[in-house]
Amino acid sequence: MKAALIVFPGSNCDRDARDALTHACGEPPHVVWHTETDIPDPVDLIVIPGGFTHGDYLRPGAMAARAPVMRALIARAHAGTPVLGICNGFQILTECGLLPGALMRNASLRFVAHDVHLRVERADTVFTRRYRAGALIRLPVAHMDGNYFADDETLARLEGEGRVAFRYAAGSDCTPGPINPNGSARDIAGIYDEHLKVLGLMPHPERACERLTGGTDGRHLFDSLVDSLA
Amino acid sequence: MRRTASKPLRAPEPITRATIAAHGLSEDEYARAVAALGREPTLTELGIFSVMWSEHCSYKSSRVWLAKFPTSGPQVVQGPGENAGAVDIGGGLVAVFKMESHNHPSFIEPYQGAATGVGGIMRDVFTMGARPVAMLNSLRFGAPCHALTRHLVSGVVAGIGGYGNCVGIPTVGGETGFDACYNGNILVNAMCVGVARADQLFFSAASGIGNPVVYVGSRTGRDGIHGATMASAEFDDASQEKRPTVQVGDPFTEKLLLEACLELMAGDAIIAIQDMGAAGLTSSSVEMAAKGGVGIELDLDLVPQRETGMTAYEMMLSESQERMLMVLRPGREDAARAIFARWGVDFAVIGSITDTGRIVVRHQGRVEADIPLGPLADEAPVYRRPHVAPVPSHALDTARLPELTDPAAALLRMMASHHLSSRRWIWEQYDHTIMADTVARPGGDAALVRVHGTRRALALACDVTPRYVAADPRTGGAQAVAECWRNLTATGAKPLAITDCLNFGNPERPEIMGQLAAAIEGMAEACAALDFPVVSGNVSLYNETAGHAVRPTPTVGGVGLVEDVDRTATIALKQAGDTLVLIGGDGGHLGRSVYLEIVHGRDEGSPPALDLAAERAAGDLVRRLIGTAAINAAHDVSDGGLLVAVAEMALAGGIGASIRPAGVGRLDAELFGEDQARYIVATGDGKVAELLLAAREAGVPVRLLGSAGGSELTVEGFAPISLVSLREAHESWLPRLMDGAPGA
Repeated sequence: MKAALIVFPGSNCDRDARDALTHACGEPPHVVWHTETDIPDPVDLIVIPGGFTHGDYLRPGAMAARAPVMRALIARAHAGTPVLGICNGFQILTECGLLPGALMRNASLRFVAHDVHLRVERADTVFTRRYRAGALIRLPVAHMDGNYFADDETLARLEGEGRVAFRYAAGSDCTPGPINPNGSARDIAGIYDEHLKVLGLMPHPERACERLTGGTDGRHLFDSLVDSLA
Repeated sequence: MRRTASKPLRAPEPITRATIAAHGLSEDEYARAVAALGREPTLTELGIFSVMWSEHCSYKSSRVWLAKFPTSGPQVVQGPGENAGAVDIGGGLVAVFKMESHNHPSFIEPYQGAATGVGGIMRDVFTMGARPVAMLNSLRFGAPCHALTRHLVSGVVAGIGGYGNCVGIPTVGGETGFDACYNGNILVNAMCVGVARADQLFFSAASGIGNPVVYVGSRTGRDGIHGATMASAEFDDASQEKRPTVQVGDPFTEKLLLEACLELMAGDAIIAIQDMGAAGLTSSSVEMAAKGGVGIELDLDLVPQRETGMTAYEMMLSESQERMLMVLRPGREDAARAIFARWGVDFAVIGSITDTGRIVVRHQGRVEADIPLGPLADEAPVYRRPHVAPVPSHALDTARLPELTDPAAALLRMMASHHLSSRRWIWEQYDHTIMADTVARPGGDAALVRVHGTRRALALACDVTPRYVAADPRTGGAQAVAECWRNLTATGAKPLAITDCLNFGNPERPEIMGQLAAAIEGMAEACAALDFPVVSGNVSLYNETAGHAVRPTPTVGGVGLVEDVDRTATIALKQAGDTLVLIGGDGGHLGRSVYLEIVHGRDEGSPPALDLAAERAAGDLVRRLIGTAAINAAHDVSDGGLLVAVAEMALAGGIGASIRPAGVGRLDAELFGEDQARYIVATGDGKVAELLLAAREAGVPVRLLGSAGGSELTVEGFAPISLVSLREAHESWLPRLMDGAPGA
């Protein structure tokens, strides 16, 4: 599988995403700078990593969503190339219109950084086939603006079309704090587009690829993509 | 005196006594500046002398004492004197690290003060050519009930997180304390650790006559003028009016500057590089030229500016953030400029290196400053200020203390106290997993961060116990070093070196100078005994408000090395049935303990004594046991003593424990005494005999303490306490305080 990794000024999880992709794919991704107007062709997957693109100034993801590379990215997504947006990447995907809704400031008004438990809502997409439907997985979150919001009609459509990818859920350990770390509507942590080919999520699967540094629950997402797309 | 201005200086502005005093210079110092110049200074020159001779830049009160620190060892690649220190971590790599204070700015404007403290210390590290891999911080706030405390905690924590999270460096550890002595003067000490190739370190000494001097980073504005001078004066009621001297941070620009600098550093274009920190353009240009034994000329018309009409004085004294000064090899300007353009960072050639031994500053066709470098740097004033030796507190008389009847109740109060309660509310606002190398997260003895792409890991911790230092500065100084060494050791790491941040009151008061001198002597003694040299550091004096000094707070930041990241220990109990072993002997010292203060409301006595040979023997044993996988968990015994350490291990692992007191002396002293050089380890049944034998051979006292298991914590002979209620007490104090709950 060949992936492209889009890097903006202020991306800061690009190395972690590159390592996770390299490990899963067996070869490093193409790294594409935001000013490019083209993305190498063919690629099987496009990834937008986390970070604070343009400092999150104005609104997280707002400026990156208007970068030159985004026109090419949107065209590829429409043509069916899977796109994964993690954290700030999710914010960019909502800002550019590939995913509905918005990510508002956390309900606590504070940055949140800790592990969360997620329920894998379905295991039949290119991103999740290595998981079991309904499985609980553990990934870290680290964000200031992860409070997913959409109007009731949109939320109903997302639920009805099976487009909720991951939901915050109660875990087995006794770590204090709310189950939903940011106030997201319906505990939504990640959503798909209508073709189940674009996924945006706030938690960081790329930081959970090794037992030593936080578990391996995130690795299955990358392995699922390799299974599906290689 | 030479007088070699290439153009005649314009007639000096009238410098009045009031102007001199406003610049924080004494009359003697002013006379010294006049002698150095051979004439009256211009206002710009007065400003340059003022910042270069400020306590913050010159270390004029502390320098003679700092010389007592051991600073060398086979592991030391770069000791004090550069932007940061560096130690060998094997594989051709070095760890580059330093800690710095941002106390006064953080009190005036907590978010920006703390944020820019983080930004500044990051730049000190990547200036050396290292990629920052971890941040830590040591924070001291006033009494929890003080009117400003919540505002300051909330702002400082958000500022540290806001900056570090955006740049993308994990904040992996630190410590936070509360005491009324910090009501009017909080402490914000930030530490940054980076990794570089040993053969690709960058230094600040300029060379090469005619070589271009290059400015990169944010544009210069009027922010932060006189920050260094502010950091070198006491606070008073008017200090809030100094808000304009606090800089505003831009972590996005820092991230771009970091990437652009590291990209340029991969080639050989850079001869010298220096962060524009305190005193900005002035200190960076003076220090680079003075270290290189050359001269420097700057043309301020070429400096990128974000405001119009700035004077030379303002530009030379601005502390605008996210800026660097470099000397490049000739002919490399265009290639370097292209890298910075790609990252969207300003780049300007603003001067050149000369052979004059002077700094010459031009602006709008006029020479605004022309000063020999010697008096600004190496020949700056050094004071051997009068000091009176501190009188250590008397030992606590325990005869008047009531006997302990309910250990569980005492433990519950202590675990829910401002000293020992969980700091989760703080560190969950810091991204501590970015870069995907964090092996041991905040909340343990020390953080562990893997060296990317290797099997090695760095152990990192910050420590100081101000109530010990206040009671006996020498013992307290040594204890801070020893506790840091112990915390690193408890992860299995070999401690390599420290950085420090010496936070004290007004050094012009002999009793404060006495504290500083004694604390440094104690630290130096411990550093020498533990092979734990000082490779970088910072001194923050004048930490007082309206005549009330903070407790002497010499913060120690330590770095240790783990060779095999699979051979480490954390504090969490791992399995029921494990045997708990106390290494280092039973406790008995209640003076200055958390127990005494929280349960009996008394802050008295002498701090626990240090036996550095015993410290070393116990630590070397624990490290060896971790290295041979003989133990499943390890924790040092410090604040709160034995029972608190066991409780922390139980909470971290979610497994209960039962312990049996030795019952020799007072029960409270055994359970809560803070005697040093001690650890608790957990080991499987099959390894107990091996452990006891190893301890005996090492000559380290050892005792079977109890076992892990269940969901309660039990002191034999007394009512147990459930982990659920213990966790609730431990976790709820800080969130309740910050939510404004009454009685928190």
